[in-house]
Amino acid sequence: MTTSIEAFRSETRDWLRTNCPPGAIGPGEIHSGSTKMSFQADTVAWLEIMADRGWTVPMWPKAYGGADLSLDQAKVLYEEMAAIGARLPLINMGTRMLGPTLLEYGTEAQKLRHLPVIARGGAAWCQGYSEPGAGSDLAGLSTKAVLQGDQFVIHGQKIWTSGAQNADWMFCLVRTDSDAPKHQGISFVLLPMDQPGVTIKPIKLLSGSSPFCETFLDGAIAEKSDLVGKLNEGWAVGKRLLQHERSGQGGLGPGPVRSRPVGVTVDLELSEVLARYVADPQTKSSQREAVLRWNMRNRAFQLTQARMGQEVRDGKTPGAATSMFKLYGASLAQDKQSLTAELMGCAGIGWEGEGFSEEEIGATRSWLASRAVTIYGGTNEVQANIIAKRVLGLPD
Amino acid sequence: MQTLYTDDQNQFRSVVSRFLEAHATTSQARELQETASGFDQAVWHQMSGELGLVGTHLPEAYGGFGFGMIELGIVLEEMGRRLYCGPFFSSAVLSGLAVAELADEANKIELLPKIASGEERVALVLDDLNQVEGIGHQLMISDQGLLSGTAPMVIDGLSAQRLLVIAGSATGLGLYQVDKGAQGLSITPRVSVDQTRKLAEVVFVDTATQFVGRVSPEALNRFWDLASVALSHEMIGGAERLLEDTIAYTKLRVQFGRPIGSVQAIKHRCADLLLTLEFAKAATQHVSFSLAAGEEEKHHPSMVKAMVSDCYRDIAIAAIQLRGGIGFTWENDTHLWFRRAKCSEVLLGTAGYHRERMIQSLGGQDAA
Repeated sequence: MTTSIEAFRSETRDWLRTNCPPGAIGPGEIHSGSTKMSFQADTVAWLEIMADRGWTVPMWPKAYGGADLSLDQAKVLYEEMAAIGARLPLINMGTRMLGPTLLEYGTEAQKLRHLPVIARGGAAWCQGYSEPGAGSDLAGLSTKAVLQGDQFVIHGQKIWTSGAQNADWMFCLVRTDSDAPKHQGISFVLLPMDQPGVTIKPIKLLSGSSPFCETFLDGAIAEKSDLVGKLNEGWAVGKRLLQHERSGQGGLGPGPVRSRPVGVTVDLELSEVLARYVADPQTKSSQREAVLRWNMRNRAFQLTQARMGQEVRDGKTPGAATSMFKLYGASLAQDKQSLTAELMGCAGIGWEGEGFSEEEIGATRSWLASRAVTIYGGTNEVQANIIAKRVLGLPD
Repeated sequence: MQTLYTDDQNQFRSVVSRFLEAHATTSQARELQETASGFDQAVWHQMSGELGLVGTHLPEAYGGFGFGMIELGIVLEEMGRRLYCGPFFSSAVLSGLAVAELADEANKIELLPKIASGEERVALVLDDLNQVEGIGHQLMISDQGLLSGTAPMVIDGLSAQRLLVIAGSATGLGLYQVDKGAQGLSITPRVSVDQTRKLAEVVFVDTATQFVGRVSPEALNRFWDLASVALSHEMIGGAERLLEDTIAYTKLRVQFGRPIGSVQAIKHRCADLLLTLEFAKAATQHVSFSLAAGEEEKHHPSMVKAMVSDCYRDIAIAAIQLRGGIGFTWENDTHLWFRRAKCSEVLLGTAGYHRERMIQSLGGQDAA
């Protein structure tokens, strides 16, 4: 076993060194699979050559575009990629969220239809979950799907759809039985974004950027063959997908290094900007301590992540504990932005134009944008409810 | 370096746990805290003799079992869970580590087997339990080789059969030993809020000593690190037990016709406490895993003591709060852990002290 894994390592190392294009090394662009965006030549080349080996989704079965690697082999692959600084060839909601869910709940035909396309980076997916009236209470969603022949006809509105403008497909929770108790009348369907019944409108956020959209569904069509799981039993499918989402946000799972939450440093060494403030004699000792406290929490977060990640690699699936990482990781990311903004003093209030450096404005925008992290993907309050119920066993 | 406990280590934990379950109950703790020595001889003999726990972490060459910080941490966590009362921390941990890290070879050969077997209970006399920088300023060896000075707080100073002392001298710090019957030595009990861990003031006036080893600043800091990590394990055990009991209580206690644990304000507080505990625990385990693997640990020991001090205190505060009125009675056991949490928080340095120590080692500057 040891010899075969070491052989795999040296083979992998050689192959990566020969085949990874220079444009795929170091920080930079990662392919999203979207057919509506253009990517640099090396980004595309890297995706294609990795997809040929099944290494965009290395642990998926070969029949679905993966490489059938074991956990240990996948770990070796990611370690060797990290060793040369190679970026992931592909990241999107297909590889990280829908794919694992389809592997578990999809029919053979659905797996064969969708997974190889995801694996090749041939489609970007978005998530049709939240609605104006169904945020934290997601199961209260009211977008309605009616089966007509071989198709579902869908009417309703989704909101906070990340990346909808560049997505090719949406996985979507819809109500298929309005009389059943709310968790029992929901179905999980897949639908193409390019159709007359789908309209997208970006939402401008307080930071000025628009990463989220409203998605209006007016007679949008999903094929009956794209119903995942049984009719009216989509809540279980949708919830499982959320665990994959949170484990991604929390950096769990046999994933590569990139899944660290925003701005998290590698060790107790301070991040560059924070280190500068700590070294600055103008910085007050109370502020210096605040930086240190943040770093300690961050380090403990990484260590807990590593421990649970090890447990996942030992065969446990990420469960309700993913909520712990979502909650803590979001607070950490947010607190870092607040701390940085505070340390910047008056330089940290610039919105645009003259008088502020690009770095300062960037930091301020990030601080504003960070208000969202404790809300999207399930608010911290909802995560705390999940932890209380599923981990601590507290009653309803 | 290992990242999870091995099966053997888990099994070791259950052996320790079963023993303490039977021999370290809270009713025993309540009885023992009323006594002067604060411990049960019979339990100590069983623990050191039959189980051999006292020498867990001490080198095999000197009569120990040769395990490292991981196994020591396991023993201490289980002790912390049950508020074990006895000289394990003072003799096995503080004195054992001091001799193993600071004594010269001949003294290791003489002292460690006695400590490891539990045959002698040895207290370590430090003139400062708040900060490592304060050690060796009050207790001084004269040019004639006699020891004078006061250590205001010594753990198990009264019940110990022998004293080890770190003292300053014209030529630097050293580790010394003093017989309990030595001239010029006086020991007076000091009553702290936590009577499950006994303290005493120890005063020396021109007392004769025997030299045990030279103490470099690096070695002293390493000793302080190891002792802080060991104490942190004990604290994690206590914090974990308190949180489990508190959550169990919120599931049983009914108000307004429903268990209080179903109220969102309480759920969120419990979830927050769980996060605090899990992250502090991961940090504590990490540092022991890496110490056991022989890796140099520069910042983590202080990080761990700081996090765990805050964590144990916060959980102890919540444990009383979430029990409502019963939580602040003498009858209810919660305050026993609350008191232990407070004393452990300050012993070997508060959270604030350890954060400052990290800032120094990370190259931050003084605010001066």
